[in-house]
This record gives sequence, C-alpha cells and structure tokens, in this order.
Amino acid sequence: MKFTLSWLKEHLDTTADVHAVADAMTMAGLEVEHILDPAAKLKPFSVAKIVEAVQHPNADRLRVCQVDTVDGRKEIVCGAPNARAGLTTIYAPIGAYVPGLGVTLSEKPVRGVVSNGMLCSASELELAAESDGIMELSDGLAVGQPAAELFGAEPVIDFEVTPNRPDWLGVAGIARDLAATGIGRFIDRQPATVPGRFPCPIEIRITAPEACPMFAGRLIRGVKNGASPAWLQARLTAIGLRSINALVDVTNLLCYDRARPLHVYDAAKLTHGFVEARLGAEGDSFLALDGRTYAPTPAMCVIADAGGVLGLGGVMGGEGSGCSADTTDVFVEAALFDPIRTAQTGRDTGILSDAQYRFARGVDSGFVISGLELATQLILDICGGEPSEIRVAGAAPAPPEAFDFDPAYVEGLSGLAVPPERTVEILHTLGFATEPQGQALRVTPPTWRRDVTAKADLVEEIARIVGYDNIPSTPLPTLAPPPGGVLTTRQGRARLARRTLAASGFSESVGWSFVSETAAKLFGGGDARLKLANPMSADLSDMRPSCLPGLIEAAGRNAARGFPDVALFEIGPVFAGPMPNDQRTAITALIAPHGPRRWDGGADADVFTIKAELMALLDLMGVATEKLQLVQSDLPSWWRPGQSARLQLGPKAILAEFGAVHPSVLKALYVAGPVYAFELWLEAVPEPKKKAVRSKPALNLSPFMPLSRDFAFIVDEQRFAGDVARAAASADKALIVEARVFDVYRGPGVPEGSKSVALEVRLQPVERTLTEAEIEQVSTKVVAAVAKACGGQLRA
Amino acid sequence: MTDPATLEVQFLADIAAAPDVAALEVVRVAALGKQGTISLLLKSLGGMSPDERRTEGPKLNALRDTVQTALTARRAALEAAELDERLAAEKLDLSLPAPHRRKGYVHPTLQVMDEMISIFAELGFAVAEGPDIEDDFHNFTALNFPPKHPAREMHDTFFFSPDEAGERKLLRTHTSPVQVRAMRSQTPPIRLVSPGRTYRCDSDQTHTPMFHQVEGLVIDKGVHMGHLKWTLETFIARFFETDQVTTRFRPHHFPFTEPSAEMDVRCDRSGGEVRIGQGTDWLEILGCGMVHPNVLRNCGIDPDAYQGFAFGMGVDRLGMLKYGMPDLRDMFASDVRWLAHYGFPAVAVPNPASGLS
Repeated sequence: MKFTLSWLKEHLDTTADVHAVADAMTMAGLEVEHILDPAAKLKPFSVAKIVEAVQHPNADRLRVCQVDTVDGRKEIVCGAPNARAGLTTIYAPIGAYVPGLGVTLSEKPVRGVVSNGMLCSASELELAAESDGIMELSDGLAVGQPAAELFGAEPVIDFEVTPNRPDWLGVAGIARDLAATGIGRFIDRQPATVPGRFPCPIEIRITAPEACPMFAGRLIRGVKNGASPAWLQARLTAIGLRSINALVDVTNLLCYDRARPLHVYDAAKLTHGFVEARLGAEGDSFLALDGRTYAPTPAMCVIADAGGVLGLGGVMGGEGSGCSADTTDVFVEAALFDPIRTAQTGRDTGILSDAQYRFARGVDSGFVISGLELATQLILDICGGEPSEIRVAGAAPAPPEAFDFDPAYVEGLSGLAVPPERTVEILHTLGFATEPQGQALRVTPPTWRRDVTAKADLVEEIARIVGYDNIPSTPLPTLAPPPGGVLTTRQGRARLARRTLAASGFSESVGWSFVSETAAKLFGGGDARLKLANPMSADLSDMRPSCLPGLIEAAGRNAARGFPDVALFEIGPVFAGPMPNDQRTAITALIAPHGPRRWDGGADADVFTIKAELMALLDLMGVATEKLQLVQSDLPSWWRPGQSARLQLGPKAILAEFGAVHPSVLKALYVAGPVYAFELWLEAVPEPKKKAVRSKPALNLSPFMPLSRDFAFIVDEQRFAGDVARAAASADKALIVEARVFDVYRGPGVPEGSKSVALEVRLQPVERTLTEAEIEQVSTKVVAAVAKACGGQLRA
Repeated sequence: MTDPATLEVQFLADIAAAPDVAALEVVRVAALGKQGTISLLLKSLGGMSPDERRTEGPKLNALRDTVQTALTARRAALEAAELDERLAAEKLDLSLPAPHRRKGYVHPTLQVMDEMISIFAELGFAVAEGPDIEDDFHNFTALNFPPKHPAREMHDTFFFSPDEAGERKLLRTHTSPVQVRAMRSQTPPIRLVSPGRTYRCDSDQTHTPMFHQVEGLVIDKGVHMGHLKWTLETFIARFFETDQVTTRFRPHHFPFTEPSAEMDVRCDRSGGEVRIGQGTDWLEILGCGMVHPNVLRNCGIDPDAYQGFAFGMGVDRLGMLKYGMPDLRDMFASDVRWLAHYGFPAVAVPNPASGLS
C-alpha cells in the first residue's frame, strides 16, 4: 500500500514531515517498508523552451534545436516528431541519469552534430508508461523551473498492511490511527448525501446473499467522460496507478482513499434492465478488463444480467460493460462481497486487483452507501450529469457487538499504566464508542474494526497508541531452574553425542528432513503417507527414513568439489510413519576415508574405526556395551552384507547399526566407496535408573596383582571371534575381568576351514594371590566354556 | 702363589682394556667366576694356618673388592657408551607428518541453539520438543488461525496427502504446536522453550524450505508485556554478547498473540553486511506477544486466571547475524570447507561462566 504525504494531509491536519509520519506509522503497527522519493530522480531535469528547430543535415528523422535552458542556450539533437520552435518542454543536461532509458547522458555527436543535452518525454522521466514525443508543457512556465516541483513529485510511503487491518488500505484509515498517536488531527470527511433526481431504472437483484450480502447502485445520466483533471491524475500516478478515464479514476481514488472499491458500468451496455449478484454457473464465460477470458465457477460470485456475466464480483469487471470516452450514462456499483470467497476467487483466477485485495480482507460494512454518495459527488464534479436515486439490495451485516472492558486490564496485560480517561480518549479517536458500565466500560467497535472482538484486542489498541516504547521492562519473577538441569536425558544425550563426535573428528551436518523418492526407497522409505503433496522439488519429496542418504550425498558433493575425505554426522529426526510416535531421533555418523597416503604404511579408517566411535558413544551414554548382542545377519539392504552389524539388547530392542554401506547403494547415489557409517537411535537407548543421590557406589580395589593368561583356540571359520571371547569371559565371572582377542590366524598349523583365535584372559584375584593350581583351574574352565559354546579346541 | 698386588695390576689392566660388555664378562669370569683366579685363591684360605689366614685374608678380600668395583664401573661405562651408540643409530626424522587426524566441528545452527538454551535455562525455561509432522489442530486451529488463513494454503505450508479419515497432515510451520501440546498437558506455571526444525514453502538467499526455530512460552498469573520485554531484551543482550545492543518493540499482528509485537535490533547495513549494535537501521529479529485468550482456551487454560507471553525466533537467521554467514542455504549444504570455517570446536560448550562463544 502506497500513499503520498499530500494525500494523507487531506485527512490529517499535521505539520509532520514524511519521516516523522513514517516513524509514527511504524510505531503504531503500520510497518513502513520504504519511502520512495521520486523528486530525487527528477532532480537534474528542468523546464526549457525550443527557440529554433531545423532539419538535421544527415538524418531525416532528427532535428537540431536551439534551446533556452537553465544552463543557457544549448544545441540539442532531438528525434521527437513534436520538437518544434516555441515548444516548452523538459531539458536534461549532460551527466543526467534518465530513469526511463536507464542511461546517463554523455556528450557525443549524433550523426555528426554534437547534442548538448536531451529533450525528454514523459516516459523517459517515468511520469507515464508511454509517450509519442517530448513533453508539451504550458508556455507560461519559466525556463529553469525544476521538473520535480512541476510534477508534484513528492515522497511516497510504501508500507505493509497486516491482514487484521483492512481499514489501513485507505488513506483515511491511516490518518485516523496517526491522529490517535498525536501526530496530527483527523479530518473527518463524511460524504454528503446527493439527492437523486429520478428513480434508478436498473433493478438490482441478489440471488447469492452468502456471496454478496449487499449491493447498492445508482445511475448517473449525461456524464462527459474523458481524461481526469490534473489533480486526480497526479494523485494516482504518484502511487504508481495508471490514469484511465475520469469515471474509472474516481473508483480507483476511493479504493485507495477510503478502502472502498466501486465499479462503474457503461449503462448503455446494460440492456436488460437489471443486474444480478449470483454464483457462477456452468457455461459462464466473460472477457475481463485485463483482456483475458475467465470461466466463473459456482464457487465464485459474478455480477450478471440476462445477457451473461458482466464481471467477477469484487474482483474484476468485464471489458464489454466498461466505461470509455463514449460513456454518457454510468451505473455505479457499491457492494459487499464475502472475504473468504473473494480470496479464493483471487487465488483460483490469479487476479489480484486492488478491489479483490480489499474485499478479501474485509471492507467497511458501514460505508457502502457513503462510498456510493462520495463517488457520485466526485463524478458530478468532474463529469457532470444527473444522478438517480440509490437502489439497495440486501443489507449490511450486523455491526460489531459491544463488550465489557475494564480499563485496568490495560495495565494487567501490557504492564502499561494508562489513566482511564486516556484509554477512553484513544478509543474514541479510533472510532470506538464507549459507555460507562460501573467501573468498567461497554465498548462498541466501529464497523471497520471487525478484528476487535474482545478485551485483549483493546489492550493492543491502547498499548500501540501509547507506544510499546513506554511499556516498562519488568524482570521476570525468578523461577529457579530444575535442580537437575533443564534438559531431558534424551536431549542431554543428543548434546553429548554432538560434542563427542565433533571431538572425534566428525563435522556436524544439517540435512533436509526430506529426500528424493529414490533415496528414500534405497533406505526403506517411500511410504505414500510420508510423501509431500507439494514438495519444493522432486529431490525433496519424501520424509527421510534415515539420515544416511543425505550424509552419503553430502559426501558425494564434497568429493565432486575435490574434497573426498569426509567424516560427517547428523543428529536429527527420521520418520517411519506420519504419527508422532513414528518419529525418532537418529545419531548418524559416516566416514568416507580418503585421507592422505601414509609414509609409514599405516592404514586409513575402516569399519572398525566406526565401530570404535559407536562403542565409545554408547559407553558415554551409559550403555553396558558388554551386554549388547552383535548380530551380523539380516541387516537392512543398504548395509554391505558381511561387513555390517546391529547392536541390540534383544530382537525388539535395536540400538544401532553400523558397517560398510552397500556398494550398490553408493553407486545409486553416485558416491565412490568405501563409506563406513553407524546409525544410533536415541529413543532406543535405555533410560538410566533414577537415583535419589548423585554419589557413586563405593570403589572396591583389589590389593592383589591382576594377571593374564593367553589362549589360542581353533574354531570353525564361521564362528565369530566375539563369541569365543564372550564364552571365555563367562567361564569364571568372579575372577575373569576381561577376555580380549589379540590375534586371528589362518594358515599352516590350522586346519582348512578353521581359524585360530588368540585371547588374552585377564584375572583379578580378590581375596588372595592365586596359586598355580587355582590359575590352572580357571584355565580349564575357560577351555571348557569355549569348547561348549563355540566348539573351540585349544591350539596345541 | 701369585701375589695379590700383581694380580690386581693385571686384572685392572684387563678390565680397562675390555672393549665391550662381552669381553668384560670374560675378564669377570677369569677373576671372579667359580674357577676364577681370585675365587680359587679365596677358597685356598680354608687350607691355611690361622696366622697365614690372618695376613692373607684381608689382602685377598681387598683384591676381590677392588676388582669387583672396577668391573662394575667399567660395565656401567661400557653400557652407557653402547646406549649412546644405539640411540645415535636410531634417530628418527621427526619432520615427517604424524598420522592424519580428522578435525570435527559443531554446526553453527546447533551451536547457536545450545547458546539460546543456555541463556533461557538460566531464566528457568525448560526445553520441550514435539513432532515435525503435525496436524491442522496443533499447527493452526489451536493457535487461533482463521479457517482460510493464507498460511493454511499449499503455497505456504507443506502438506501430505489426506489419509483414510480425510485428515491432511502437514509439516509444522513453527514450533508453536509444541507449546500447544505443553499447555494441554501441563498446568501453569509454564516456562519453556521449544527448539526444532520448521518448514515453509520458500527458497531464496534468506529463506529455505526447512529452518530452525526456538520459541518460548511463559504462562503464569500476572505475567504481562513488560515481562516479555525484559525477557527478550535480556536474551538479546546476552546472545549478542554486548551491552551495545539497542532494541525496540513494534506493534504487529499474529493470530496467536494479542497484543502482538515484533522486536527490531539496531544495526548498520551500509557496508553490505549487517552489524548489530551500530548504525541507524532497524532489523526485525523476532515476533512475540501475549498469548491470545482463544489460544489459552483452546489449550484448556482459563484466560481470566492465567496469562502469558510467547515469542519465536529463527535460529539459523540469528546465527547468521551473530557470526556473519551470508547465505542461509549454505547452512544445509554440508560443505566441509564451510563447516570448518563457520563451525565450532567440540569443547566450545556455551555456558554462562566462560561466555557463550
């Protein structure tokens, strides 16, 4: 929404300049986007007179003019057909920036003759959309008069209107709020009644009151339509509107002045004696003023007569019934259209007219007849003519209801101490009616403020007019944080994982929660319930089942840029379905090892690197990792078979999966392998036992030296070394603290199809130093346990 | 019998001449081994008369001690020399690179989220979370959005296809649904922040289809806009870590708050980048207001007994302002060079003792 200061001053008696007005608007809730100053771009231009114009020696279309300018007499080459001696026009000196052309003038010969400036058209000054020649100005103007002064180019305020305030879509509405802030006095211009001289011959019918509850109209006979007077043209062009003709310009003026859209019909085209507001019907079609043909649907409100659709009600009129220079009788429409329907029609047709914008947000139901009277008066003043009486069909909806308001609530809700008299004064200035009701008030909002329905709304009115700046900053009463901190266990663990992984060399990535369908399907997703109906692009169509596709693709993008060595992690949501319980938080880490080659022959990260990170993280989260089952079978399809595993407490309690990503999956995502990754689901990690105190259990250290014994077992190739170690460790729970694999051997001395697994078993005596016999006893148990669990034989 | 004095001279010479530990061992065995000269002489003492023993004993013992001492000293010297020689031979070129160690960083958005949570935690705010896939009630209706509000349109909000019951799920456009869930399940007083991912159909330099928000909610008796103002002023000063921050509150409109406001921060935009705490421009940084009575009612809270405020801010955007990232889209690109440049070391945990950053 745009307006000029002079326009505002029609409704506001103020001495404030444009910046003070803009500041007052902003602090009252009208967010000023910017102040456009067209005078700035007109600055170099001024009035000049052509003294002589002769044919250019080398060009048929050009003239060489002697021009009296602010800089003295200049020789200027001009191509305009109307460049003639005696013409008063606009001069631009060398160095001027011509906005309509987008060029800065420089001194250069035109077909051999140097032009010392330029004579300008209205379009070159951006005063008109197009022009046929240079400007033709009144001969009375003095040479050198600045163009900015001449064209009344004053600053324009451009601001954003929040959807709750349709009344701000009219300059008068803005003036009313500004007056309340104290920057000026509101000039209440109530339209006078224009008596009709004869009954309106055109009947008005409403057959869809839900779409058009009220429709007022009148005929004005014998008008003389044509160009609008200069003041009206200037007012419209200043805010970027095009002047069409006087009748249309009057409707546009009131649209911006009073937020009151109107429509004018050429009555000669209304040949059926009535107009009707109805819903669109099968077969309806009409050519709108934008030159396009629309087929109204039953969801839309149309204005029609027996000959068909004349226009989309509140949205756009039709080409066939519009006013032109030939119009002598005009039918003026002032109606109310349902906001929701009008908004939908705008979206469905793509028409975003000024009228549609206003009706969609809600137009003052108390200004229908007044708007029509005001339009009548303007038309009579500009075009002459004789008005009929006003016809009205339907009725305006009931005015807003009164409600009780205790002025003390202003301070209660806003913290702003406002004397009750001031509260009442502000309400009155804003158009609210008040009645004392004991200590409280009974407040009736005006018809243009249907956004105000309850007492909190009134607090906002008072607070914004008194000024949010005056609200006293008040410390929030101290509320001690919960003694255990504010984070839940899960939140704390996510934070722990973030810091741990970053410390281990992984960089944190934030990927989209949605991935392509291909990527989703590769990782078990693609559920129709998780497909967006309106994705930004095909790449972002499905809620991700895992963070892995995003991280793998990120690795690929980095590789494509020449940085293939990446270690990334992400902590974020993954989706198994549309319900809240289907969402889990995954901690996902990935290494694509392409580190520098090593002079010492050392190896880069591998699947055991990622296992170590995962185990360390689980351990930090308080998981008893030694109790976890490692299962290497039946992993999901995106893991490389044989080089991936899941960690679980049981088949239904899977905490994590890790391993190498399947080469086919990498190929499908255009990423060169290998890629090692883990995925850990926070919700699956058991909550720690709640403890009343933070003290740790007593530390019982054995005074006796631990000792270790090595064993090597021959087991079947298919056996997992971890199972051998686990069996050994369980052989004597009192004495064995750890059994760790330190070598796996295949070759001479070990039968084909078998392998030798070497373990170091660590014993911790608790009561006394062990005797050789006791150690031997434990060794026997270890051998027996491994034989029983894994069929392992002690290697000779 | 060989004279002890002669023997001493001979053995000391042999010891001194031993070139290495092995040769020295040969001398030791010759002198003090089981069949060594000195050992045999000492054994012969047993066959001597007491008088003889009295004169020879001390001499032989002295001889043994002298040779033993010389052997020990020589052995230490030879071992030291051998160690020196070995160490000299085992020199390493320490200019060679150590094994490569990857460096990791915390993403700036999550770092900033931790900063925010840290500040609000001190003010007594708990942290609440909720699902990203929401329903119409929690995202719109409960929050007093009118039925045909533009935010409910496909061009603003991501929707899923309707399910069997005709219900159309959506991706939450703010973390306010978390507040709705909290209000419906807790009794006031409530003081919480809700961080999380949010989604809107938008994409340009300052908008991405997904971004992060931290929203806040305080519901209690007698909480008013002055408290809101203080809370956010306190927050912003601490967040930007400067006393220079000037803010202002400006009326605005949101369906879920009444009165509503936007908070602007003073900044300088002259150099193409935004500098907080300088200049004469204002930059909108968050929206806030007093929770609309309808929202309280929708959440089962009596608006005549309780009132409160809510606010919401873009985490990525405030992070960009504080740390100078120029383009929001980079936040989600996972470019390792960008992460290394704008990321934070793991140990930089925001806390009130050391400051946030």
